Amino acid sequence: MAFIDYYQVLGIPKTATEADIKKAYRKLARKYHPDVNPNDKAAEAKFKEVNEANEVLSNAENRKKYDKHGKDWKHADEIERQQQQQRQSQQQYTRSGGASSDADYSDFFESMFGGGPSRGRSNVKFRGQDYQAELKLDIRDVYVTHKRTLTINGKNIRITIPAGVQNGQQIKIPGHGGEGMNGGPKGDLLIQFTIENRTAFKRDGDDLYTTVALDLYTALLGGDLLVDTFDGKVKLTVKLETQNGTKVKLKGKGFPAYKKEGQFGDLYISYELKTPSNLTDKERELFSELQKLRTP
Amino acid sequence: MKTDKLILLEELCVHYEVEHTFFTHLSEAGLIEITVIENTRYIHSNLISDVEKMMRLHHDLQLNMEGIDVVFHLLEKVDRLNAELVALRNRLRIYEDDAD
Repeated sequence: MAFIDYYQVLGIPKTATEADIKKAYRKLARKYHPDVNPNDKAAEAKFKEVNEANEVLSNAENRKKYDKHGKDWKHADEIERQQQQQRQSQQQYTRSGGASSDADYSDFFESMFGGGPSRGRSNVKFRGQDYQAELKLDIRDVYVTHKRTLTINGKNIRITIPAGVQNGQQIKIPGHGGEGMNGGPKGDLLIQFTIENRTAFKRDGDDLYTTVALDLYTALLGGDLLVDTFDGKVKLTVKLETQNGTKVKLKGKGFPAYKKEGQFGDLYISYELKTPSNLTDKERELFSELQKLRTP
Repeated sequence: MKTDKLILLEELCVHYEVEHTFFTHLSEAGLIEITVIENTRYIHSNLISDVEKMMRLHHDLQLNMEGIDVVFHLLEKVDRLNAELVALRNRLRIYEDDAD
């Protein structure tokens, strides 16, 4: 792990007083605290760095040691190492469980404290950290409520995915996150859904949109048309003289509403008029007759 | 009233090693609701996550009750805006797909 300049982390000079350190730490902690920066990994990492810097610099003895060895602390003499190990053993003995799962603290910090930074109130029980996971599903998968088994950190978790989950939506599985601190409860598992849609239906919330080809004769004269919906075919009655681009709404034929049993959005169908091609001589003749009727 | 989803305030004080007054102040500031049944005070279990967050904000950042209230309102707003952003991105995707 690279050497971290704790003074730089806190934005203070090496001559900073205890009050300066406290002030700088509080200011940065307010800025980067994970509770005020939800789902922000960069802020979380920065907060850990700031916490680590504060833990070292706010303790006069630790600060002296840090100031003495600087970036060469790893090469301190054997006695110093032994002393550090003794302190580490003592620290580990007195730490009340709650070892952090984070592996990105500097070596220096670990050698001083035997693990991640304490929160200043190490005997207080706290909930474990929340785990984040991403789950890619096909849009057809989320049309119905179904169960799925996920493997998170080597453990199989069977979850129910409710119909109507949206792309980008996050659901919380309580108690499947990191271990709590000092015997506190486990954190939660947060699953974010990425919904792939390769169907002919566009989805906006619970509503679906699609385009259906309409032949000239049905558009002009009206008639029945068999169209695809998300869960099967339905017969539509096309009105006489239907124009290109006309939209019709099929109520309740859209996507299921999230956690609203039996409720569905609507399906909007746009007609796309297809004119006939490869006309025969007879057809051309008849269309010309029709044209003459329309153009005096 | 059923108390299966209520947690005894006394237990929470022991668990988190905080004074009763902390919860009283949270309640007075309108941040949590304390349920009183036969002179015993409880908190609904679905509030625990929020209560823990309030404790961290109070102890780690030295925020007072008013500060916690402001943070919670802003976080709710962030959540709402994020949900709106997701919905708008999904809607934009419809038009981007059309353009492809």
